[in-house]
Amino acid sequence: MISIDWFLALSALLFCVGMIGVLVRKNAIVIFMCVELMLNAVNLSLVSFSSHYGNVDGQILVFFALAVAAAEAVVGLAIIIAIFRNNLSVDINNVNLMRW
Amino acid sequence: MDYLHDINAFLPGVIVALAGLVTITIDAYKNDHGSIYGLTVFSLLAGLILSVMDMFGPVGEAFTGMITYGGVSAFGSSVVLFGALFCVLISREYLSAIDHEYGEVYSLLLIATAGMLGLVSANNLIMIFIGIETMSICLYVLAGIIKGQKIGAEASLKYFLLGAFSTGFLLYGMALLYGATGSLYLTEIAEGASSDLLFIAGAALLLVGFFFKVSAVPFHMWTPDVYQGTPTTITAYMATASKSAAFVALLIVLSKMIPAETANWAGVIEVIAILTMVMGNLIAIVQDNIKRMLAYSSIAHAGYLLVGLAAGTPEGYSAVLFYLFAYTIMNIGAFGVVAYYERQQGLDFTDINNYVGLGFKKPLMGVLLSFFLFSLVGIPPFVGFVGKYLIFAAAINAGYIALAVILALASAASVYYYLRPMVYMYFKDPHKDVPLVRSGIVFRSTLVVLAALTLYFGIAFGDLHNLLSSFYTADWVTHLVGQ
Repeated sequence: MISIDWFLALSALLFCVGMIGVLVRKNAIVIFMCVELMLNAVNLSLVSFSSHYGNVDGQILVFFALAVAAAEAVVGLAIIIAIFRNNLSVDINNVNLMRW
Repeated sequence: MDYLHDINAFLPGVIVALAGLVTITIDAYKNDHGSIYGLTVFSLLAGLILSVMDMFGPVGEAFTGMITYGGVSAFGSSVVLFGALFCVLISREYLSAIDHEYGEVYSLLLIATAGMLGLVSANNLIMIFIGIETMSICLYVLAGIIKGQKIGAEASLKYFLLGAFSTGFLLYGMALLYGATGSLYLTEIAEGASSDLLFIAGAALLLVGFFFKVSAVPFHMWTPDVYQGTPTTITAYMATASKSAAFVALLIVLSKMIPAETANWAGVIEVIAILTMVMGNLIAIVQDNIKRMLAYSSIAHAGYLLVGLAAGTPEGYSAVLFYLFAYTIMNIGAFGVVAYYERQQGLDFTDINNYVGLGFKKPLMGVLLSFFLFSLVGIPPFVGFVGKYLIFAAAINAGYIALAVILALASAASVYYYLRPMVYMYFKDPHKDVPLVRSGIVFRSTLVVLAALTLYFGIAFGDLHNLLSSFYTADWVTHLVGQ
């Protein structure tokens, strides 16, 4: 039996990788992938807590998180396509019509 | 389990969600905007009447404790539905005037509203998550609803990336709270609360997620860009209904789930409130775009609301609820008048410099804008003053003197940028004569009703205030303040 700490440490590590990715990358699709990585890191935490406590509440939340991530992917990729049509690039440095 | 009772308890949400699905189906088969609009208005009105009646009814839980009904939830639902209804009423004329009336707009508005109703009734972290996400995903689409408009697509992308990023924090916070207490029910989490790292980190991450949604400084960066790029009547919806829903949920989380003894949460909220008030008001002063100015003003208002939450007393909470209602009325009105000017051809009427001399050309719109802006400043006969006064009094009574002083100073600074459009409208001569198209009867009467409400609740606020105070009964006071 592997202790829960390892799962939590992996989850925290993945969450941080995703967070740093969002902050440093400039490509909208890569940023979006990093956000998905963050959400899935959280899912890992939820599942391991759920098995630790032996109740299913956490796993139910994981299902909803997966559904939300799928809906977000649909909307997000559509928005990124709209941006690509306007700018012919998905680099967020070019998304600068409005500032301050 | 008595499903009929549960559905009855959540009837406004059920009606609005069903109407959303029906309108999307109608839109797919025939392009009939009239019936979609009629159904939208009807369902929102029905939901509003039901939730207003709920406010006077009993308080309880439904769906195995996932949601609560009555009391604060019913009031939150009423504010959200009120905001949605009035935004829909002014949207139709605006969207058809700019040639972008789509049936999807109404469906998305209805589904987002259903999400908000879930959010304000939430009694479980799963409900909060679903509510926030249903609302946000619809709003990401609505921000970029005008096809081919660059600024809209940009607003949509910024909103989406930052919103999804904040969702990550919100969900991680929920996971850690679940890990610390073994439950996702708000009341059970409060019972299992402790000062160990897991609980504090979880609560902090959850609060970060909420601060993103209510656009508190330093998590406000998306607000001005999104508000500027979105079609104006939809901005009104974002600024009022979605913000009210997020604030009511934050209030429920703070009052039910996070007990003060685990950590000094009031201190955290106090610092955020000060930053939000000061930054929002200072940056609003230098804005030339009226939608951006209103966006920063909405950040500043979030700061005032946080003062009420920092006070953390029943008085503070009921003041926050009152302020949310006041803020919804006056902000929809202000955005509505801006939407009227903005759709005119010939000049860019989002630029405040082009408001010169407008006041005398269409006297009614000029007077209405003055009403709403005076109310946003917080000048006595209007509802904005009462809201601000209640929050100010709650902060003083809870001993947050510094916070109350900063609130007063910040709203004094806000006089400058709220009165600037009025000075331009009435005291300067127009440099170019642009013909203004007359507004339709529905649009005009909606704004007049809103102006009448700012005045009515500014004078006869007693009944509403007593009702809101009665939500926090004697039991509740001993439970939370006596500890």
